[in-house]
Amino acid sequence: MVWAIFSILVENKPGILFAVTHLFRARNFNIDSIAVGVTENPTYSRMTITTFGDERQLEQIRKQLDKMIDTVDVRRLDDHKTVYRELAIFKIKIASAEDSMEVNKLINAFGAKAHDSRKESIMAELTTTPDQIRAFQELADRFGIIEMVRTGIAALQRSGS
Amino acid sequence: MEAMEREGVKEVFGLPGGANLPMYDEFNRCDIRHILVRHEQSASHMADGYGRVSRRPGVCFATSGPGATNILTGIATAQADSAPMIAVTGQVPVNMIGKDAFQESDIMGMANPVVKYAFQPRTPQEVPVAVQKGFYIASTGRPGPVLIDIPKDVQTDKAEMCYVENFKIRGYHPWVEPDVTSIGRAIDTVIRADRPIILAGGGTIISSAFAELQALAEFLSIPVVTTFKGKGAFPENHALSLGPIGMHGHAEANKVISEADCVLAVGTRFSDRSVGTFDDFESRRSIIHMDIDPAEIGKNQTTNVAVIGDVKVTLRMMLAMLQERRIQITEGGEWVRHAQEMHKYWQENLKIHPGELSAARILRKLREVLPSESIVTTEVGQHQMWASLFFDVISPGTFFSSTGLGTMGWGFPAAIGAKVAKPDVPVVDIAGDGSFNMTENSLATSVLENIPVIVFLVNNYSLGMVAQWQRTFFKRRMVGVDQGQCPDYVKLAESYGAQGIRAHTIDELDAAIRAALKSDIATVIDIPIDPEEDVLPFVAPGTPLTKMILPS
Repeated sequence: MVWAIFSILVENKPGILFAVTHLFRARNFNIDSIAVGVTENPTYSRMTITTFGDERQLEQIRKQLDKMIDTVDVRRLDDHKTVYRELAIFKIKIASAEDSMEVNKLINAFGAKAHDSRKESIMAELTTTPDQIRAFQELADRFGIIEMVRTGIAALQRSGS
Repeated sequence: MEAMEREGVKEVFGLPGGANLPMYDEFNRCDIRHILVRHEQSASHMADGYGRVSRRPGVCFATSGPGATNILTGIATAQADSAPMIAVTGQVPVNMIGKDAFQESDIMGMANPVVKYAFQPRTPQEVPVAVQKGFYIASTGRPGPVLIDIPKDVQTDKAEMCYVENFKIRGYHPWVEPDVTSIGRAIDTVIRADRPIILAGGGTIISSAFAELQALAEFLSIPVVTTFKGKGAFPENHALSLGPIGMHGHAEANKVISEADCVLAVGTRFSDRSVGTFDDFESRRSIIHMDIDPAEIGKNQTTNVAVIGDVKVTLRMMLAMLQERRIQITEGGEWVRHAQEMHKYWQENLKIHPGELSAARILRKLREVLPSESIVTTEVGQHQMWASLFFDVISPGTFFSSTGLGTMGWGFPAAIGAKVAKPDVPVVDIAGDGSFNMTENSLATSVLENIPVIVFLVNNYSLGMVAQWQRTFFKRRMVGVDQGQCPDYVKLAESYGAQGIRAHTIDELDAAIRAALKSDIATVIDIPIDPEEDVLPFVAPGTPLTKMILPS
């Protein structure tokens, strides 16, 4: 099983997100993450979908997506030649002043931003790779994660690749 | 309606209701014939049958809510078999959508997975363009059903008719020029093989590549098998024909393809019913795959050479290249002789049921009496597979069946649609009683709209295929398969004003078919058969084609 990033340029019309996600369900593929937004041309949206599969499955995903009439361009991105980032927000429990210091240190170490700093909790915002988010999550876990949210990754291939 | 006329629509199959009444009112002002059905599912199958035969999208109308959900089965059937169709549904007014209004259903959401494309015009201006694009999408590339869901207020509001010239759909590129290099590799692979075989699928029929297929087979002396959907892509009385492969394929076809070292697959998606098990099928031979749909390449079978494009064009290019390279094999040698011997052996020695009205005897009788250009549809079940085994298609592209979705009740309304598309040839639905039950009320349409077709009812008073599986895989623990002697199909036909004939002997059947062919009203020929008769040979699901259960 390989992790893959698909970048899908679609018509910016209602129902397309439903159709794309339904295709994954109907064809027995899995969506690991999905992020959608309008592009520089407002008649297009770009979806970034990450998924796992063997090569044959991933090729099928690409072809089935390409076959859809409302998809204009479907690419599987090479993750070594791609800038990809995900935003995550954590609400972390603070039990003591010592915790507060430790958590702030963690936030700084990951280049994250602190928000809503309170006596009993603090929020951390990270924009990084999914690996780094998982690493942060593991470290934050010992303080207690009250809530968290992830956006799914957004990705663009580097120029000239 | 004007946009439909512009697309050349002459007939619409449908049933009116609250949300499509404004559209229906237009039938009073245009030249399109409305053919009234008794259930919307039948309208969609009629449009499907019409589309497959004429190769232009058949059109069906249904109202919102239950009308729309009733045609879903027909839409899914057309999608599974790549049939061109336009389904037009009424919808509640735009401002009522999402309010759980009376007869509201989210047909756009429900139909999404089973259509090639769906439109929901929200203003009257969008309607003509949706019709234009709908016909274009339904009939180009790999054909399929297109849904146009029109809210009631969009039907009543007025706007200038506005069409677009030379429109482009930026995410849709149905035309692919076949790649010359790949065709060259396909030729090399076939020429190098010792035991090549052609597997013709439904795509060959859709692109009517009959002449090209036959020319190629004869040019290279290669035996031809088909999928069930491809049945009739190649004349089944041709010296190189072995018939359909698959779960209920011909014994010789399954045996010979199992021995082949190279399969030239033309317009097929390698369904599980055709190839048995994917791994076994692909591991034993090189596969050349020609198909119009790039997503079919590598979906079920790993291929050695793939050629994407319309198969008629591809085969023409291949023939031209063969001529250019002066390659011709007029003598098939040992392999072709072997295939022909197998064919002869199994045609003569396959054990058939001993009864007077065995499936083999009645279907061979039908073949004998029926003119070869007649169009034949089937329902779904044992009779369908017997038709595959014992009814030879002589004239290419005259045999149609619900092969992908396997929709019981398809054959009769599809036959009516076929008859509308080709009124001058006889149209026969080879039916089983279980399937016929599902859409038999289309007799009303056939009689009242004067669209005479023949229902060749292979009647075992049961859901025969299910009964066979219960006998074979569930140790005769029979559940839910007995239909009783109900209804009386002769009386049923007569009650609709159609002709009903029951045949107890082969001679009576002969006379019945001849009477039906002369009749100008629909005829149901009820043929009671032994309910215990099985369809054999049989390749059990999930086993390779080599493991065939033969009649003992």
